[in-house]
Amino acid sequence: MSTQLESKPAGVGSDAAELTYREAINAALEDELESDPAVILMGEDVATAGGVFKTNEGLSDRFGRERVRNTPICENGFVGVALGMAVTGMRPVVEIMFSDFLPTAGDAIVNELPKYRFMCGGQCEVPVTVRSIGGATGRFGTQHSATGESWYMALPGLKVATAGTPDSAYSVLRAAIRSNDPVVFFEHRGLYGRKGPVRRGDDNIAAVGDAAVLREGSDVTIVATLLMLDRALIAAEQLAESGVDAEVVELRWLRPLDTDSVRRSVEKTGRLVVAEEQVHAAGWGATLISQFAMEGFEWKSRPRAVSLPDNLLIPYTPELEDTVVPSAERIADEVRAALK
Amino acid sequence: MTTVVEAKSGADQRTGWYRRMLEIRLFEDKVQELFMQGKIQGTTHLCQGHEAVSVGAVSAIEARDYLTITYRGHGHALARGMSMVAAYGELMGRTSGCCNGVGGSMHLTDFSKNLIGAFAIIGAGLPVAVGAGLSAKMRGTDSVALSFSGDGGSNIGTFHEALNMAAVWKVPVVFVIENNLYGEYSPIRETTPLDDLAERAKGYAMPGVIVDGQDVDAVHAVVAEAVARARAGEGPTLIEAKTYRYRGHSRTDPAKYRAEGELERWKLRDPIVILGDRLGLSDDERKSLQDEVQAAVDAAAVEAEQAPLPTLEEIENYVYAA
Repeated sequence: MSTQLESKPAGVGSDAAELTYREAINAALEDELESDPAVILMGEDVATAGGVFKTNEGLSDRFGRERVRNTPICENGFVGVALGMAVTGMRPVVEIMFSDFLPTAGDAIVNELPKYRFMCGGQCEVPVTVRSIGGATGRFGTQHSATGESWYMALPGLKVATAGTPDSAYSVLRAAIRSNDPVVFFEHRGLYGRKGPVRRGDDNIAAVGDAAVLREGSDVTIVATLLMLDRALIAAEQLAESGVDAEVVELRWLRPLDTDSVRRSVEKTGRLVVAEEQVHAAGWGATLISQFAMEGFEWKSRPRAVSLPDNLLIPYTPELEDTVVPSAERIADEVRAALK
Repeated sequence: MTTVVEAKSGADQRTGWYRRMLEIRLFEDKVQELFMQGKIQGTTHLCQGHEAVSVGAVSAIEARDYLTITYRGHGHALARGMSMVAAYGELMGRTSGCCNGVGGSMHLTDFSKNLIGAFAIIGAGLPVAVGAGLSAKMRGTDSVALSFSGDGGSNIGTFHEALNMAAVWKVPVVFVIENNLYGEYSPIRETTPLDDLAERAKGYAMPGVIVDGQDVDAVHAVVAEAVARARAGEGPTLIEAKTYRYRGHSRTDPAKYRAEGELERWKLRDPIVILGDRLGLSDDERKSLQDEVQAAVDAAAVEAEQAPLPTLEEIENYVYAA
């Protein structure tokens, strides 16, 4: 397998290639479909025209429409099908077209995937990856804009992953597919066109549960996911111009939550800003801050959150959507406030 | 039909069915006693009256085939060959149980027997059976999946989603609805505009077959035919077995909502008596089998109870594979 990958232009041992986030998702799917015949991809329109968001370009041509399979519009049903495949020797990847549709598969994701192995006394493994595509900024309106990232982090038995850069899209998705436990993997639609260096190959498969420090700094720690991670990196560059040295941590996994990596960072900086494209209540940011509060962590200044408003929904109105979703400037402002 | 079945299914096999149906009946009867003794807690959903459906259908699949069942699943698990010790152990929450005691009454699962799931959420097992059948097909095996659900389950979304996917992909799966006339406490006609749930097959372009669920020979025959179709690549079948639940929905339900005399009328067509008559068993033979099976049931309960409880350390390993 590694030989095949090495023969690719951006294979093992080669330098990182510039890929879009979309191309990185495509590469991860292609490499996993290639490496393991048990891997399949299924979901609504996944095999037609490269999928609704073109993440699956070329996959049905290369692997056939059995392994890259269009489903009827029935999320709860086809996630259940994936479960049945997983416990009988396959490794399905399921695509949920918009994260807002995840609750349609609520029973499969809340009651079946996480509980299955436990209830049967560990008799089986449940290697299902649910790819969920979400996030605002697309002017898609209230029912097509949620990230949904924290909805499922309170479920023992499930793993929850996210990707905020093209490289993490590649490496975290490959890790999710290789996991022998069910993983809900969140992609952000607003990032698909974002370019970045991606090391393609078997040596770039993320460790399950590990956050990544994407920018080192000593003054403040910004923890973010998905589009907010992208904006946190922009904010950090802006802050650097005014002499503020921000460390940016991509959380990547919300379950297991990598509190240790964040602790290492805040032990150095003493300041924390979480940037979330979701309400702050009951999310990963609140969970992290709660954890440090219980540990009695001594801050240089109180932790802060940049998030969606607690009592508003995402509007279609383009100008207002831009106001509601935290910008790089808002993240930078919050960092400056933490440094006062 | 019965004549044909008798020709195919030998007397030995059918005597085995009789014994297995009796085992299921007496297993269930003893559950109440174990409850009163505090050895089983929580709830149970018993299946006295349904024995011909589980035994007739499960005897029509092979070891390599997959099976999904429901929270009313003690009968199917025993029909699949789960030992009574493993079943009682599970109900008692002990390590003698098929799931080491963590699953309980509603989750009798045994992967070594390809009994891949017992679901406590209505309808959840049907898509899983479709997935198992699809996986069998994609891996190039000729295994099929058999999935049980209840009449109430035919109203939930996953039932329809599963039938649709099975039909459009020609998945080797057989769906058996056990129509016992009540979805929990509600008569099926109060919640469903059909008398015959098999009619729902039409909407999914698959055969829909109605069978007398008190007649084990008939159940076996229609399921065997559907399994053969599935194995030959001809796709799914929906079978509706008309049956009756002698007890309430769950342990605390005395089933007072039933019309007077209804239970008694159904008991006149008891599946065990029907098969016993066909086999020409004498009263003495029936009595002696009853005593023998009762002794096995009692011994299984005693043996199951001897096992230790699982520990927290053990069950933590069941949450994640890695």
